[in-house]
Amino acid sequence: MTKTLFGIAAIALMTAVMTAQEPKPAAQQAPAGNAETGKKLWVSAGCWQCHGYEGQGGAAGPRLAARNLPWAGFSAYVRRPTNQMPLYTEKILPTADLAHIYAYVQSRPAPPQNIPLLQK
Amino acid sequence: MARKRSVDRRDFLKGAAVTGAAALVPDAVASAAQAPAAPAAQGPRASAAGPIREADPVVEVNGETTDRAGGDFMVDVLKSLNFEYVASNPGSSFRGIHESIITYGGNQMPEFLTCCHEESSVAMAHGYFKVEGKPMAVLAHGTVGLQHAAMAIYNAYCDRVPVYLLGGNSLDATQRRPGVEWAHSVQDAAVMIRDFLKWDDQPVSLPHFAESAVRAYKIAMTPPMMPVLIMIDHGLQEDGIPPEVAPKLRVPKLTLAAPPVGDSGAVTEAARLLVNAQNPVIVADRLARTPAGIQRLIELAEALQAPVIDQRGRMNMPSRHPLNHSESGGQLIANADVILGLELTDFWGTVNAFRDALHRSSRSRIRQGTRLISINSVDLFSKSNFQDFQRYPEVDIAMAADAEATLPALTEAVKRLTTDDRRRAFQERGARMAEAHARARQASRTEAGHAWDASPISTARMAAELWAVIRNEDWSLVSESGNSSGWSFRLWDFEKHYQHLGDSGGAGVGYGAPAAVGGALANKKHGRLSVNIQGDGDMLYAPGVLWTAAHHQIPLLTVMHNNRAYHQEVMHIQRMANWRQRGIDRWHIGTTITNPNVDFAKIAQGMGVYAEGPITNPNDLGPALRRALAVVKKGEPALVDVVTQPR
Repeated sequence: MTKTLFGIAAIALMTAVMTAQEPKPAAQQAPAGNAETGKKLWVSAGCWQCHGYEGQGGAAGPRLAARNLPWAGFSAYVRRPTNQMPLYTEKILPTADLAHIYAYVQSRPAPPQNIPLLQK
Repeated sequence: MARKRSVDRRDFLKGAAVTGAAALVPDAVASAAQAPAAPAAQGPRASAAGPIREADPVVEVNGETTDRAGGDFMVDVLKSLNFEYVASNPGSSFRGIHESIITYGGNQMPEFLTCCHEESSVAMAHGYFKVEGKPMAVLAHGTVGLQHAAMAIYNAYCDRVPVYLLGGNSLDATQRRPGVEWAHSVQDAAVMIRDFLKWDDQPVSLPHFAESAVRAYKIAMTPPMMPVLIMIDHGLQEDGIPPEVAPKLRVPKLTLAAPPVGDSGAVTEAARLLVNAQNPVIVADRLARTPAGIQRLIELAEALQAPVIDQRGRMNMPSRHPLNHSESGGQLIANADVILGLELTDFWGTVNAFRDALHRSSRSRIRQGTRLISINSVDLFSKSNFQDFQRYPEVDIAMAADAEATLPALTEAVKRLTTDDRRRAFQERGARMAEAHARARQASRTEAGHAWDASPISTARMAAELWAVIRNEDWSLVSESGNSSGWSFRLWDFEKHYQHLGDSGGAGVGYGAPAAVGGALANKKHGRLSVNIQGDGDMLYAPGVLWTAAHHQIPLLTVMHNNRAYHQEVMHIQRMANWRQRGIDRWHIGTTITNPNVDFAKIAQGMGVYAEGPITNPNDLGPALRRALAVVKKGEPALVDVVTQPR
């Protein structure tokens, strides 16, 4: 039951993340970020705990990998989440670090196609 | 109660002989009546003067031996209740019945299972019931044993599972051995766990034991099912059956109560709401008590062509049935105009969203006017101290009844009220649901591909690799304590009642490993392949259950979901740190299981279990699982330690 609720919460969170994204490229350019630095911050800031090391998502947090999230929606949600995600203020996660994390998330590849084990 | 050590064996036999053969005369009494007058106290035995030598003459000891102890009669009663096993960590307060089980009873029906912790004994019984549908007995000290067992008893209580507890005790203070037996004696042993027992008793005679033992079984098996406790005084177990009692000994007839069915008027009204609804949703949690529960849910869902959200307290709905929409529950709940809840643990939480923030808040997840129908046997039996009953749900129809027993009447009423127009609407809805189910299934496959080659290994990869190994077997997922994001439910084909057993009930960590062993034991005689996805933190509570699995040759494939942390707590600490803006770099203190990393393969090997790992390369996982499966197919337990992503 608890797991189901987590699942429902995760779906709601995913919906919130997705609906926050309306691409307006010029206005929503992310600050410069480095994916390698972002990978380290992804771990030290605890993002992986709910979203997985690769941003693949799970019961506690939605997938962020291979989603091409606009910066504006991404950063807005981190600063003011509307569901179960804990908020990250500027004080504990400066925008410069968040930009590195964003670069890491954006660098996560799409999954391989036609994995035989997943066709069964 | 007073012990009567001075019962003369000849007097006892004389008394037993006049009892005759009543219809339900137990073996302990009947055989006592027929037993030849064998010399007492044969063979060597220790004495205060030193060991008796073989050349010594046989000593006639009057009143120091007995051919038929009270414990033998207790075994007769247990046999009448058809217990296959009694799980126990041995203890002196029940040595009398222990010896009766293994010798007088032949260690069959019940067979004594050697457990390394009382929590394991109870959790094994918990898992066993959910496969077999009947209780396992557990023997424990009334003091230290029940304290060890308490958490597992609470889990069974919350999960509405009957566990048949027998607690040893020594009531007569003048008969206690000095020292430990005093520390192991108690006025009222049940008091410390009575809040999460359905019933208990402390019989003062063997006829009292027989009646209470049968009564306890009946109460435990009546929905809502819960654990029961019978305390057994050591004098009753150890002393010979008193001659004045022998004529009174019989095993009462057991007649299980038919489960309560919902009121016919309420059933009709519920059917009317469901038939007329545009977007009905069925939610099931601890619905399927028996295999019939699955079929009954399918029949109702198909009669309405309504989607089902399986909250998985039991195996309720086949995962690949087109009306199974458990993965899109939130959207369905939001759009529903009628919601039928079947044995829900938390109806309020099903229709409300709660935000765990510094200022906690909640909001309704349903539309205004949505009608809620509840069928729940727990409405028939409530306790107040432990708060597992959740928030009060404001429903429109509440049937205090067993949902599985009520479903046939509800389905019949739905069919009776369905007009041709409604039937056409149902068919259109069913077609939409089937399409949505197919899309969700394909989406799950796509999602599972993310982080496919990652190390630590993704939980989706672990589930997919395991499915590839077991899918052509008669498999049973006996436990899933690893919080692995539900990938098995999204990728596997769950169909039969024993393929998923729900969870612990009370969320008391330490349930997974022993419950899996208990479930696997039940599956053993059916030739099923038992599989356990095992959390690392859970395993560390009482890993001795691996030894029990090896000792009793219980085939079980354990796959460690070893994420090296108590991740639920990791997230809670992170949440606290974020609220307080104190930094987010100390979450690992007190929450991780690293430095050193636990080598679960070595632990298992030390318990006599075949094991491999730790496995960090996803490409190594499939071959390791196949090797372990070969061991399990030979009738033994095996473990594969997989280093995994957190969820």
